[in-house]
Amino acid sequence: MSTFIETHSLGHTYRFGDGERIVALRDVDLRIARGEFVALIGANGSGKSTLARHLNALLIPTCGEVLVDNLATTDPGNLWEIRRRVGMVFQNPDNQLVASTIEEDVAFGPENWALPRDQIRARVDEALTAVGLWDQRTRPPQMLSGGQKQLVAIAGALATRPDCIVLDEPTSMLDPLGRRRVLETIRQLNRESGLTIVLVTQSMEEAAAADRVIALHRGRIVLEGPPKAVFAREPRLADIGLGVPASMEMTALLRERGVPLETTPLSLRELAAALKVLGPVTSVL
Amino acid sequence: MNLLLPGMYVSTHSPVHRLDPRVKMTAALLLMVAPFAAPGFPSSVLLAAFVGLIALLSDAPWLALLRTLRTVLWLGCFLFVFYLFTTPGRVLVAWRGISLTAEGLAAGTTQIYRLCLLVVVSSLLTFTTSPAQLTHGLEALLHPLARLGLPVREAAMVLSISLRFVPTLFDQVERLIKAQRSRGAALQSGPPWRRIRSWIPVFVPIFVAAFRRADELAVAMDARGFRGVRQRTHLRRLRLGWRDLFASLIVLGIGVTAFALDRFL
Amino acid sequence: MMIVVDALSHIYAPDTPLARVALRSVTLSISPGERVGVAGPTGSGKSTLIQHLAGLLAPSSGRVLLDGVPASGKGQKSQSRRRQVGIAFQYPEEQVFEQTVGREVAFGPRNLGLDSGEIHERVRWALNLVGLDAPAFLDRSPFTLSGGELRRVSLAGVLALQPAVLILDEPTAGLDPRGRGSLLERIDAWQRETSSTLIIVSHDLAALAQLIDRVVVLRGAEIVADGPSRSVLGDPARLTGAGLEPPLPVALLHQLRTAGWNVATDRFRPAEAAEEIASYLRAGRRQFETRGVPQ
Repeated sequence: MSTFIETHSLGHTYRFGDGERIVALRDVDLRIARGEFVALIGANGSGKSTLARHLNALLIPTCGEVLVDNLATTDPGNLWEIRRRVGMVFQNPDNQLVASTIEEDVAFGPENWALPRDQIRARVDEALTAVGLWDQRTRPPQMLSGGQKQLVAIAGALATRPDCIVLDEPTSMLDPLGRRRVLETIRQLNRESGLTIVLVTQSMEEAAAADRVIALHRGRIVLEGPPKAVFAREPRLADIGLGVPASMEMTALLRERGVPLETTPLSLRELAAALKVLGPVTSVL
Repeated sequence: MNLLLPGMYVSTHSPVHRLDPRVKMTAALLLMVAPFAAPGFPSSVLLAAFVGLIALLSDAPWLALLRTLRTVLWLGCFLFVFYLFTTPGRVLVAWRGISLTAEGLAAGTTQIYRLCLLVVVSSLLTFTTSPAQLTHGLEALLHPLARLGLPVREAAMVLSISLRFVPTLFDQVERLIKAQRSRGAALQSGPPWRRIRSWIPVFVPIFVAAFRRADELAVAMDARGFRGVRQRTHLRRLRLGWRDLFASLIVLGIGVTAFALDRFL
Repeated sequence: MMIVVDALSHIYAPDTPLARVALRSVTLSISPGERVGVAGPTGSGKSTLIQHLAGLLAPSSGRVLLDGVPASGKGQKSQSRRRQVGIAFQYPEEQVFEQTVGREVAFGPRNLGLDSGEIHERVRWALNLVGLDAPAFLDRSPFTLSGGELRRVSLAGVLALQPAVLILDEPTAGLDPRGRGSLLERIDAWQRETSSTLIIVSHDLAALAQLIDRVVVLRGAEIVADGPSRSVLGDPARLTGAGLEPPLPVALLHQLRTAGWNVATDRFRPAEAAEEIASYLRAGRRQFETRGVPQ
C-alpha cells in the first residue's frame, strides 16, 4: 500500500491576540497508507482535532510539514486540490449542512468546483446512493435524525470523489442507532471502495474497528499500532485519560477470576466466541 | 417545528405549486397592484373570482387562508371606519357633526377588499412556494443587477443559508425557553424595559450559539472547497415550461381584461 | 416529593397535519428518594415525559401530580411544587448566559427570591459539589472554560436550587471517559447526601447501572417496561424488543446462554457477570475432573 498522507515533525502552536500560546502538536511523524482505516484517540486537549485539520489543509503547520498525495499543505497553490482529495466531516451534524434539501447540500462541493449540471447530478446521486439516502433526497435537514444528517455530511464529502475522508468525532452527538449506522457506512466505504479513513473518536469500541490506532497525549503520539496491541497497554492508556473497549474490560475481569482467556477480544462477538471454546460441548452433532 | 404558522409553505402537488417561482412572484405582484389600477366594481369582481380560483387550484385549506386574514383584522376595521366617516358625499347618517356617507361606505369596502386581496395573494404565494424556491426565484429575477456589480448572488446565498436554519433556530429557542423557565426565569411579564431584561437568558445563549454556528459552518464550507460565489454552478436551474407560459398568459389576460372592463364600462 | 403520572397523553400540534403523539396514556409513580433511569430509542417520548415531570408542558389528557398538585398548574401551589424540581437538559452548557460563573450558578437561587447571603452560600456549596473550587472559579467568565467545566457549571446551577427532584437528560453526552466517570460519581454522592429523587434519561444503560435502582423503558410513546434495574436491564429480549442494546455483560451472558451455558442473564454489572461466568466454568471443570468423562 502506498503512502497517501505523511507528516514530518509536524508541530502546531496556536497564537492568541493577547500573546498567549498553546502548543497543540509536537513533533508528529505520521504515515497513512492508501486504503487504510486509522483511528485517532486522545483525551480532550490531546491535539487530535488539530491533527485532523492538518490533513486537509484547514490548518497549516507552524513547523514541520504535511504531504497529502505528495502535495505540501504549506503551498497555497495546492489548497483546493488537497481539499478535493480529502473530505471532512465534523462533529455537529447541524453546523455543516448549508442547504434546504439533502440533494442541494450534497451538491455544494461539486458546485464549488463549477462542474457542469449533469455531472453534479450524477455525483449527487452516486454519493446519496452510497450512504443509502437517495430516496430521501428532497427532504429538508430538520426532518432528519442526527445520524441521517451525518450520513448526508459523508455524502457531501463523497461528492468530490475524494481519496480520503477525515471524520472528527462524527458520532459523539448521536444516539446509539445513529452511531451504528454511521460507523457501518464508514467501514463499508473503506472495505468496498478502498476509501482511506481517518476517524477521530472518543469511543474505544469505534477505534477497535480500525486497522491502526494512534493515541495522542499533549500533542505527541504516544501509542501506535493495531488495535489489539494498543489496547493491551491498559495502564498507559489510563495514564493519558483513555480506556479500552468494554469487551476488553470484561476480559480483564474474567482473567482476574481465573478464566484462561488467551486472546484480547476487541468486540462482544470475539469475546463470546473465545468463551464458548472454553465451555462445555453441549451436544455432538 | 411544531407550529403551523399562517401562510407557511405546505408541500403538496397542486398545479400552482409546480409553477416557476418567478412566474408566481410576478403574478402575485400584478394581482396586488391590479386593484389600484382597476378600481371599478366589475373588475374587482373579476379579480376576486380569479384569486378564488387560484386558491382552489392550489389546494389551500380555506380555514388557513381565513386565519391569515385575521392578522390584518384590526387594520382592516380601522381603515373601514376611517374611510366610512371621512369621505365626502351623499350623507346617509349624521350624528353630532360626524357623517356617514354612501361614498364612504363604498370607499371603506374598497379598502377592505384591497387589503384582503393583498393578504390572500401573498399567503397563496408563500403557501405554494417554499422559501428556498422563493430565494432561487428572487436571485434569478435580480440576476441582471449582478452585472451592475451588485452582490446579488452573495445575498442570495446568505439568504438561503439563513432560511435553512430558521427551523433549527426555532427549536433551539423553544428548548432554551423551557430550560431557563425551569430555573425560575419569568419571561414576558411587566413593563417593556423589564421584559427585555428578563429575556436576556434567552438572547445571550442564542447569540453565542449563532456565532459558534457561523464559525463552524464557515470551516465546513471551506473544507468543501468554497471559494466565493463567483464561478459556482448550480444543481438546480429554474426553467420555464409550457405550464408557466400558459399561466403567465392567463394572468396577463385577466389583468388586461380587468383594466379594459374599467375603461370601457 | 411524590410524583404521580396518571394516564398522561401528549400530542404535539393537535388538529393540524403535523400532529404527533408523543405520549400515550402513560402511568407511573415515583416515590421520594427513588433513583430512576428512563431509557428508550429516540422519539419514544422520554424528553416529553421529563418535561411533564418538571411541569413545563400541559397534558393533552391525563394528569401529572407533584405531591397531589398538578405540575403544570397556574396557581401558587403548583408553582411552589415546580420550584422543587430541577431539570438539566442535554448539553446544558448551551444555556449559559451570565458574565461570571458565580452569577450563572446564582441565577436559579436569585429567581427563588432568596437573600444574598443564602444565594452566596448555595453557589459555593453547588460549585464545590461539582468539583469546581469556589474562589478560583467564581469570577471567571464561563466562556473561558472547557466543555467539561462548563457542563459542571450548568449542573451546579441546577443543584443550587436544592431540588427535591433532580432530572438529568443525558448528563454525560459528549464528555470524555474521564469526565464521564467523574460527573457520575459526583451525582451519586449528591444523591446519597441529600436523599433527593433522581431521574436520569440516558442511552448509556451501562452507565445508568451504577446510579439507579429502577428502570423505565419507553417505546413508541408508551411504557414497555418498569421495574428494578436487575429485572429490566437483565432482560435482553425485552430490551432488544424495545429497540435498545442491552449492557455488554447482559448481552454476553445471553449469547452464552443461547450456546447452552446454564448461566443467569441478569448480572448487569461487569464484575457480577465475570463472577457468574467464572464460577460456571469452575463448576464445569470440577464436574469434568470428578467424573473423568470428556464433556
